Amino acid sequence: MLKYITRRILFLLPILIGVSFIVFTLLYLTPGDPARMVLGDQATEEAVREFRDKEGLNDPFLVQYGRYVYKAVQGDIGRSYMTRLPVAREIMNAFPYTVKLALFSMLIAIVLGIPFGIISAIKQYSLFDSVMMIFAMVGLSMPVFWLGILLILFFSVHLRWLPSSGFNTIAAMILPSVTLAAQSIAIVTRMTRSSMLEVVRQDYIRTVRAKGQKESVVIWRHALGNALIPVVTVVGLQFGNLLGGAVLTESIFSIPGVGRLMVDAIKMRDYPLVQGGVLFIAVAFSLVNLLVDLLYAWLDPRIKAQYR
Amino acid sequence: MEDRKLILDIQDLSIQYRVEGGTVHAVENLNLALGYGENLGFVGETGAGKTTTALGIMRLVPDPPGRITSGRILFEGADLLRKTEDEMRSIRGGKIAMIFQDPMTSLNPVMTVDKQIAEMVLLHNDVTERQALDRAVEMLELVGIRSERARDYPHQFSGGMKQRVVIAIALACNPILLIADEPTTALDVTIQAQVLELMRELRRKINTSLVMITHDLGIVAEMCDKVAIMYAGRVVEYATTEALYNRPVHPYTEGLFNSIPDIDRDEEELKVIQGLMPDPTNLPSGCPFHPRCPYAVESCSREAPGMVEIEPGHLVACPVRTEHRLNSVGWKGGAGR
Ligand SMILES: Nc1ncnc2c1ncn2[C@@H]1O[C@H](COP(=O)(O)OP(=O)(O)OP(=O)(O)O)[C@@H](O)[C@H]1O
Ligand SMILES: [Mg+2]
Repeated sequence: MLKYITRRILFLLPILIGVSFIVFTLLYLTPGDPARMVLGDQATEEAVREFRDKEGLNDPFLVQYGRYVYKAVQGDIGRSYMTRLPVAREIMNAFPYTVKLALFSMLIAIVLGIPFGIISAIKQYSLFDSVMMIFAMVGLSMPVFWLGILLILFFSVHLRWLPSSGFNTIAAMILPSVTLAAQSIAIVTRMTRSSMLEVVRQDYIRTVRAKGQKESVVIWRHALGNALIPVVTVVGLQFGNLLGGAVLTESIFSIPGVGRLMVDAIKMRDYPLVQGGVLFIAVAFSLVNLLVDLLYAWLDPRIKAQYR
Repeated sequence: MEDRKLILDIQDLSIQYRVEGGTVHAVENLNLALGYGENLGFVGETGAGKTTTALGIMRLVPDPPGRITSGRILFEGADLLRKTEDEMRSIRGGKIAMIFQDPMTSLNPVMTVDKQIAEMVLLHNDVTERQALDRAVEMLELVGIRSERARDYPHQFSGGMKQRVVIAIALACNPILLIADEPTTALDVTIQAQVLELMRELRRKINTSLVMITHDLGIVAEMCDKVAIMYAGRVVEYATTEALYNRPVHPYTEGLFNSIPDIDRDEEELKVIQGLMPDPTNLPSGCPFHPRCPYAVESCSREAPGMVEIEPGHLVACPVRTEHRLNSVGWKGGAGR
């Protein structure tokens, strides 16, 4: 198992090289001059030229990329063009917001989605099931910004119960987390339901019933243990995605998270920040995936046997 | 029917599955009886309704789509269909146990096998978890699996071993009625023989009554005292093994025996039964076998045949083949209808 984890972490290296190369290429090909963006329209030709020289933007592509990798290996991923702060620090300032937002909304999605899915499945075609499936459909198709604005209008403007921006108090975290969770709740509910429906038809569930086991134990112990396995994958992927920053939610609720940082960086052609950000997201995503795989092995002994 | 104490007496049982495009009459007015300590072979081609009947006895017919629409299942004299779910739970596993058809999928993949056996023990005995696990290991050894393997997961076992685990679960609480649904179909011949021997041995030890569901007339001859032949949801012939093998009466039974390859007779071709099993959502009128029956007469397509007792304990649902015997024995009402 430990060997497996080590190997998976070593796999990160080629992933990072690949990701950084692709991002570097894309940025290189993107129109727009960072010097102009950073220095503003009023800047003199000379100032622009000086900036480009200093940042090595006139060098050939491969030289630029080589220099980036060379420094990155030593732990230096550059400074933001805009703030002149180290990229690592910029990301680390934004990341806690993103993690909190992702954690909270995933928590909501799990705490609501899994029980909803289970009840929907064991009461298939009931009123509850129909209502849940309609909600899930609405949740999936409702644009995030629209839901966010609706929630702000109702809970912040109309009722004045919850703040509409910021992310430092529990009260302030509720609306953004719910907004972001809406889709995940819908996805987790549907996944749990279909997985559960699949599992309760299996022969081994019938075997448990034939033992004379109580229906509640049949469902919560035997069926759920099996039905959760695919749900874990979905939750993991969702969480990984959320770690990349929820641009829309962060913008609506003015949360200074990774999503907003990245969008601003892209707008301003802040190359080092974009590159650093993408690398960081790639690492976070890979680690979450590894975690999901480990959880998977813990839930399913058949998979554990394959992890060598 | 002769006076013997019945452990199981199924009367006019009908079970249906509602599916798209119609209703499957999986079991239709089925009558069946089993005495204490008896071995009944339950034979019929695929889709005849054998598993459905067994699930009916356990009250485990999946609903939806299935439903028991009529009949009585008397177990030790009391109708199982009138029991509450709680009463059924203590009967399932405790008094009636079932060995399921497909061992590959019958075990929970995320639970070690000792726990799966212990669960059964815990449900029907007043023991601690520790004692239940000990009993599980005992059961595993009884079915020939070494105790070191007790903490393994099902995927670490071969098909034959899984079948043994399934048997160990079924036998863990000494049921008085055991329903074995093709317990050997999934196994190769040598393991098959071992499993049968095992079941015989266990039967000797705890004197269980057995319903053995199978396609295999050879196994029936070896294991069973009584045989019921099922066709399209009905029992068409019921007799002692000895009577049935020597004097098969129903044309379908006859067809079954003729389709067994016989090394002594060297015939070019097997006499297989003509035609196919009828569409279960749209059974032929009258006797469901009449379209395939070489003896069919015009009235067969009109009247559903009742069971006739042609000699003590030998019942047949075929007026054509039993007509000439009627004078000597007479119609027996009640037993079939
Ligand atoms: N869950 C179900 N839904 C719909 N129809 C079903 C279901 N289970 C069984 N049937 C139908 O009921 C009929 C009887 O099936 P059953 O499984 O009892 O047959 P069987 O005699 O056990 O066959 P086999 O020898 O193949 O195991 C078949 O026509 C089958 O298609
Ligand atoms: Mg079957």
